[in-house]
Amino acid sequence: MEYETVIGLEVHAQLLTKSKMFCSCSTDYADAPPNTHVCPVCLGMPGVLPTINRQAIEYAIMTALALNCTIAEHTRFDRKNYPYPDLMKGYQISQYDNPLSHDGWLAIEVEGGERRIGITRVHQEEDVAKLWHRTEPATGETYSLVDVNRAGVPLMEIVSEPDLRSPEEARQYLMKLRSILQYLGVSTGNMEEGSFRCDANISIRPMGNGGSTAKVEVKNMNSFKAVYRALEYEVERQRKVLEKGGKLVQETRGWVEEKGATVSQRSKEYAHDYRYFPEPDLPPLTISREMVEELRSRLPELPDDRRDRFMSQYGLSRYDANLLTASRAQADYFESCLELFPGGEGEKKAKTVANWLLGEYARLFNVTETEITECRVEPRHLVEMLGLIGEGTLSTTMAKAVFEEMFHSGRRAPEIVQEKGLAQVSAASELEAVVAQVLADNAQAVADYRQGREQALKFMVGQVMRATRGQANPQVVNEMLVKKLEEG
Amino acid sequence: MRLSREEVQHIALLARLGVDEADLQKFSEQLSNILENFEILQKVDTTGVPPTSHPVALSNVIRDDEAAPSLLPGEVLANAPREEDGCFRVRAVLE
Repeated sequence: MEYETVIGLEVHAQLLTKSKMFCSCSTDYADAPPNTHVCPVCLGMPGVLPTINRQAIEYAIMTALALNCTIAEHTRFDRKNYPYPDLMKGYQISQYDNPLSHDGWLAIEVEGGERRIGITRVHQEEDVAKLWHRTEPATGETYSLVDVNRAGVPLMEIVSEPDLRSPEEARQYLMKLRSILQYLGVSTGNMEEGSFRCDANISIRPMGNGGSTAKVEVKNMNSFKAVYRALEYEVERQRKVLEKGGKLVQETRGWVEEKGATVSQRSKEYAHDYRYFPEPDLPPLTISREMVEELRSRLPELPDDRRDRFMSQYGLSRYDANLLTASRAQADYFESCLELFPGGEGEKKAKTVANWLLGEYARLFNVTETEITECRVEPRHLVEMLGLIGEGTLSTTMAKAVFEEMFHSGRRAPEIVQEKGLAQVSAASELEAVVAQVLADNAQAVADYRQGREQALKFMVGQVMRATRGQANPQVVNEMLVKKLEEG
Repeated sequence: MRLSREEVQHIALLARLGVDEADLQKFSEQLSNILENFEILQKVDTTGVPPTSHPVALSNVIRDDEAAPSLLPGEVLANAPREEDGCFRVRAVLE
């Protein structure tokens, strides 16, 4: 039987505010010793009064707008109660039935166009403390250590509709969502560091049958690759259960990277008895339409718009424009290069720069596992190198070697060209001797050419290139050879 | 509405409170009384009255995003029953 995959994603993103969601502790805790960014509000001491961080609310509204959501006029916070030591208060301040926003969408690329994935809601809450689980060596007693630094950091939750139909679509959705957050500058979107986390709900059902089978929640996926692999694993696992006539159960499963498998997690006792109720310490929020419009006017150009502009303004293909605009830093880099590139035709320049960014840059970022934000080659230095190609000093082949050196050392092209003697030789006077030698050594090729075999000319150009270790300008060599051969 | 023994036990477990047989008796009595008082309130006709989540008519109490110093580590852990490596040490809770 053919099955259809149904996936919904829940993303949590830490917001880039200076202070926490409900108190003034600094959020800059990454390299800090444990429990140094903590105050009575973080600890849930009696009598404290949390207060809402304006910036966090603005960031969440901007995100909701970028995801085409409706912004609520009235919203409030609720207490989500559960007994786990990552909550100092015994509850998390979250949003339940009056979230900040609802009903939006995000477009992902699918074969032959794009597809809109529904966004159920974007709401605001607080992050929880970090736990380390340890065992007493002498007694075998297990215990946990609690670091409260992360507790209270603004956390935005973005819930999708179950509109995704494959692990690949889920990956596309996550990449696009992260890209939007980075364009907005509201989150680093770093999955490995935990500032961007994803849980998935996944089920399969017989194709064409609208009903749904048991929903499985998958957790512990710490990279885009992990999400993709975990979901692929789940599709396969669920299909096998059904094909053997088994029944799927609603459960939570954790992705175990080393095993390459999801493992059933003993469900939390009464896990869903959260007993939500309105947070009495935080009066509700009224979000004026003026505020919404003001925030809308502050939205930057977003990835989809920028892609469309790159296509129309620079004549790039949709494929290339998507790749270039996926990261704001890369799209900015691209446009900086074009601004610095002197003269010439816009579309041609764009194509040249795009080819370098999507070719050699991409290859080297891949090899070195770095990103454009860490790149040592500044836009003006790439443009300088492209200038050397343009004026004929550097051949395209040589340029790749020069660029690799620039990429690793941060040195500039003219310096490398001079030091390594990589400059292209275009002066006929310098090539005269080699050309003569090649003609003398290849009597057969000369004879073939004279009998009208064009192949023979190509062969001789190749011989000159070889003799000059690729430095000769092939066009000049070609012309010189033809001239000599005609002179006879 | 009367709360059953089991319901009181469940609530106690959620709140991580240890209760014995005598407590169960006492609390089911007291909690049931509270619920009955709310049943009286629920008889009031509230047609056309918007739901209230907060008794004080305040809204948009909000602060600017400015960081201020936190407590000193010694202060943070002052009430910790046990501590280790600058962290609170607590009993393991299995998820």
